[in-house]
Amino acid sequence: MIPAAFTYHAPRSLRDAVRLLRAYEGDARVVSGGMSLIPAMKLRLVQPEHLIDIGRLGELDYVRRTEDGGIAIGAGATYRSIEKSRAVAAVAPMLVETVRQVGDIQVRNRGTLCGSAAHADPAADAPATLLALDATFHTTGGASRRTIQARRFFVDAYETTLGPTEVLTEIRIPKQPARTGSTYLKFANKASRFAIVGVAAAVTVDRRGVCTRARIAVTGAGPCAVRATASERYLTGREVSAEAIAAAAARASRGMEFIEDVHGSEEYREHLTRVITQRALTEAARRAGA
Amino acid sequence: MRQVTLTVNGRRRTAEVEDRDLLVDMLREKLRLTGTHIGCDTSQCGACTVLLNGAAVKSCSLFAAQAEGGKVTTIEGLAKGDTLHPIQQAFHEEHGLQCGFCTPGMVMLLHEFLRRNPDPSEHEVRTALSGNMCRCTGYQNIVASALHAAWTMRGEG
Repeated sequence: MIPAAFTYHAPRSLRDAVRLLRAYEGDARVVSGGMSLIPAMKLRLVQPEHLIDIGRLGELDYVRRTEDGGIAIGAGATYRSIEKSRAVAAVAPMLVETVRQVGDIQVRNRGTLCGSAAHADPAADAPATLLALDATFHTTGGASRRTIQARRFFVDAYETTLGPTEVLTEIRIPKQPARTGSTYLKFANKASRFAIVGVAAAVTVDRRGVCTRARIAVTGAGPCAVRATASERYLTGREVSAEAIAAAAARASRGMEFIEDVHGSEEYREHLTRVITQRALTEAARRAGA
Repeated sequence: MRQVTLTVNGRRRTAEVEDRDLLVDMLREKLRLTGTHIGCDTSQCGACTVLLNGAAVKSCSLFAAQAEGGKVTTIEGLAKGDTLHPIQQAFHEEHGLQCGFCTPGMVMLLHEFLRRNPDPSEHEVRTALSGNMCRCTGYQNIVASALHAAWTMRGEG
């Protein structure tokens, strides 16, 4: 398969990349790993006239600790570098667990977390985990630099709040509270390993085993990843037990929009959302020591 | 058109390519290294796997221009003269191929994987191969080949 013709640009700096993006506004796409974009270009689902490659910029290739004990991941950082990072394993083990479930070795060697977030595939794994970790998304290239909360970033299928000249340059993950257990669990399409439904859950408990904070996010089920706020509210303030988790999970699909495709009906995805939420909460609570 | 220069199997190679030419196109069509195969052409099957700067990548899913200046190793770069690479030798001994179409990709993926993990379990091998498809063997002998290669490369063979 041959993509439509385009001009490839390899800017030498982020500043140059933004300049190009502004010059070709509306006709350009940013590529980093290209693991989603290039297959889409080969199918001619996407036909940019200009391709601006930020995947070779050393300034964006980092995974590091921040001063406040969190993690900053640059737009050039591959899944592989996240998989190997001790800092990520210490601060956000759920992210390592998630990344290991993305694609295969070859895809993780090139694919990037920021690229996946900016692409916003409804069945991608990372968006759920980024929501559950309260990640922030940092951009440049718009009227001003922006910091976007995860809940405001994902808008619809393949749609984020990024403007046409904005580049997602960094994702930050804050330090998680003490006594937090987390996991990412998915029911995957057997062939592609994309999530039919994936749930990221982070549960914080106090010394008495009462849930003081819950973050639950679902991907694959609907047009974009969303938080299961009804479940979060139910569990918070309650003593964590199998019954409380079951009741919280039963509320997971409330207010949620579901998609229907060859892999499953809306009803099937709604059912899976509750089932996978229950399993994810059970494991997250166990890891929290509840 | 643009010139792309790569170090392929230790040799500097330059070719004129279109911006939309994939790395696999440059390797096969311009450099005539046809050991790298195009299977699905949708980044699922892994037949086009090569090493780019030491990392296994699907050469059907990156543009040649993105690899500019990089070091590429293809299946042609593994044997030393008439001596097969231990992974190739293991596929030979364990009958790890039938039609052979997927083999170059399997071997290149295993090349990186066995460097990361020189003593893998069978389960780890099967997981590592999840991005490489074979429609003949049922994978049994491919997994056996991988374990055999790991064993000889550890110096136990």
